[in-house]
Amino acid sequence: MAPGVGIIGIGSALPAKVVTNFDLEKFLDTSDEWIRTRTGISERRIAEEGVITSDLAARAAEKAMAEAGITADQVEMIIVATATPDAPLPATACYVQAKLGAVNAAALDVAAGCTGFIYGLVVGSQFVRSGAYRHVLVIGAEVLSRILDWTDRSMCVLFGDGAGAVVLGPVDEDSGILSFKLGSDGHMADMLAIPAGGVRRPASLETVKAGLHYARMLSGNETFKFAVRVMGEVTQQALDAAGLTREDLDFLIPHQANWRIIDAARKRFCLPEERVVVNINRYGNMSSASIPVAMEEAVRDGRLKRGDLVALVGFGAGLTWGAAIVRY
Amino acid sequence: MDIYGKVKALISEQLGVEEGELTMDTSFEDLDADSLDIVELVMALEEEFNLEISDDEVEKIKTVGDVVRYIEAHA
Repeated sequence: MAPGVGIIGIGSALPAKVVTNFDLEKFLDTSDEWIRTRTGISERRIAEEGVITSDLAARAAEKAMAEAGITADQVEMIIVATATPDAPLPATACYVQAKLGAVNAAALDVAAGCTGFIYGLVVGSQFVRSGAYRHVLVIGAEVLSRILDWTDRSMCVLFGDGAGAVVLGPVDEDSGILSFKLGSDGHMADMLAIPAGGVRRPASLETVKAGLHYARMLSGNETFKFAVRVMGEVTQQALDAAGLTREDLDFLIPHQANWRIIDAARKRFCLPEERVVVNINRYGNMSSASIPVAMEEAVRDGRLKRGDLVALVGFGAGLTWGAAIVRY
Repeated sequence: MDIYGKVKALISEQLGVEEGELTMDTSFEDLDADSLDIVELVMALEEEFNLEISDDEVEKIKTVGDVVRYIEAHA
């Protein structure tokens, strides 16, 4: 019988530097009240100068490996989900592999915007389920502060830096990742994008002057509508695939893009507030790091216990979306 | 229920105001609705009346009457 695949270790790494809304008020035409009411964010962490995505990823991974009780040489694959790689080439996972000394691991990145962790989790779980690998590291890591235009108040107030990691390994058949659903709509590819720096618009003096290397969002309203609708839909589809209902869920752990999105989706999904894990107030949107960081917090504060049923759900650039139902 | 009645019921539910307080001239600014409240209301309208309201059209919606006239013209 095929074994199950589950999260056998989890860890996170957050920069120590806290930037509050009041700090932003000093150089942007914005206010703490506006940011809090529109986004739910009070503060975010920003990586210190010189700290890069693979640094945060490796720190989170080391904690997850310690909890799983495995050493670096037991990791057979490293998947880094990120929108902010150390460099365009090679994969950030290769830098992480070197930092961990995970000499037996294959290393690759997954690019699925804020859905990256869910995509990485599903990709990695296939190798464990098939029996090809025993231990796979899946890491969501971002240093978004370096791809933001800090003069654009509509974008830079939303994001933060951080990393979260899990070790996937074999578990009992009836626990771990029970089902998943992934989706994408490439017709909306320009909705959330960094326009230049790839081969369509290679980096040049002009692209730099035009600010085309910063992350941009074409329509906040359309993004909001997409996110609220897809969150409930994909969670329901993943629950259906596992033969479960929303009443079975102990916790929903959504991508932390905006508290207003989470709350609108929660109401439509008819879940009480205490069953949704929210920490955006302290970290902002950490893209692919948000879900594992929120999950790790819920584990450490005692809310999320072994045996609980959780839905992890993400949505983001691509557009992409995905949900996984996990018996933790 | 007519369109005006349905619109008032949706606005009441979305924004947490009494239906009796709403008239055709009530503006969303008076109801303390911010831009995301309007987007949530638009989502509810789109689903109730099975239509799509573009960003540009949303910009022009300022009052309950604007909503009713838009729905009457497009539903």
